[in-house]
Amino acid sequence: MIAIIDYEAGNICSVQNALERLGAPYQLTADPELICRADKVILPGVGNAAQAMASLRASGLDTEIRSLRQPVLGICVGLQLMCRSSEEGPVDCMGLLDARVRKFPETPEAKVPHMGWNSIGNLEGKLFKDLPGGSYVYFVHSYYPELCPDTIATCRHGDTLFSAALRWENFYGTQFHPEKSGSVGAAILQNFLAL
Amino acid sequence: MVAKRIIPCLDVKDGVVVKGINFEGLREVGDAVEMGVQYARDGADELVYLDISATREGRSTFAELVKRIARGIDIPFTVGGGIGSVEDAARLLEAGADKISVNSSALADPSLISRIAEKYGSQFVVVAIDAKCVEGRWICTTHGGTRFTDRELFSWAREAQERGAGEILFTSMDHDGTRAGYACGVYAQLDSLLSIPVIASGGAGSVQDIVDVLTEGRASAALAASIFHYNQIPIPALKRALQQANIPVRL
Repeated sequence: MIAIIDYEAGNICSVQNALERLGAPYQLTADPELICRADKVILPGVGNAAQAMASLRASGLDTEIRSLRQPVLGICVGLQLMCRSSEEGPVDCMGLLDARVRKFPETPEAKVPHMGWNSIGNLEGKLFKDLPGGSYVYFVHSYYPELCPDTIATCRHGDTLFSAALRWENFYGTQFHPEKSGSVGAAILQNFLAL
Repeated sequence: MVAKRIIPCLDVKDGVVVKGINFEGLREVGDAVEMGVQYARDGADELVYLDISATREGRSTFAELVKRIARGIDIPFTVGGGIGSVEDAARLLEAGADKISVNSSALADPSLISRIAEKYGSQFVVVAIDAKCVEGRWICTTHGGTRFTDRELFSWAREAQERGAGEILFTSMDHDGTRAGYACGVYAQLDSLLSIPVIASGGAGSVQDIVDVLTEGRASAALAASIFHYNQIPIPALKRALQQANIPVRL
């Protein structure tokens, strides 16, 4: 069973719909016991990182997430909460991934938010199994995780090269939305489920 | 680099996809979810579903349909038509829409744009503008181009951006349904005026028309309906042609 962490982090039904399309049983839950027992855990999130971090802390779920040993996937703001800190607030995050999250500089060539389909490269590890570099995935964000030793995929927006995905031990995160990224996104989710 | 997008647009009336020219002589063309799934498989980058139902029953059918669309397709989609309040937008967000588009209701009350954008973010708000050229001035219209407003296209697009719109979807009512090409010059002017992406709509009849609006017209995305519905231009072939024209596209 997959646990999708439920912590008032905006509209997350697209993640549920994606798991349904893949035929993967899941439960939307904030119950620490269920989360702990799940085979895989997904931390979704849209909206403001500081607010999302506050609701995670208020429910004590941040401590719970840190203690997990099964594969955990943070998506978008969910990933940002697993990083060291975010300039959106600013706010200290869970520090599971070695990146700081910074705001994109706005330029005429690189509009903010970075929204739409962009290609990812330098793909590393099982999350990107059978996916060629240059695959396109869907992004919607104004803040990005820096490059760091945990980076397992990169993307460029204007002059900024950033982490499109990160991994440290059992903690994975994608800045893009695999649940909205067509067949490439479905393959990435399938790879996560197969870990 | 963010890819240029190809967006099939589906007009939905009482739950089924219809197509007509200038809202006259509507013809049923298929099931909204099945068509969306097929377009996503063919390589469409995004979908737009516009509810053109005139009745309350039609509207509630649409909200149910949005849930089915969200379950069925794995690419982003925008829904529009009859969104007159933050609550209407919230209902569609909860049903699974990635973005909403507002048109005449934003013209009637421009604060609607800011109220939705403040609550759900600019990425959620597309402002659609239908305009017609009258003696050299582009005037915003409502009701499928039949009623003129006192707004001018460029100043309204600018105001919509300042109020928090994430994208502008401009349809030239002079070009819509003609299949004689997009209003490229107008899109290029909008692009230089705005910092947010511009989606071009109205007039697509050939691959070259789409190439032109994405290069000369500098649009971020090209939207079309009939050329895709009747498979006049299959999306995979279109994408390859765009790539050959050195336009960044997702293949």
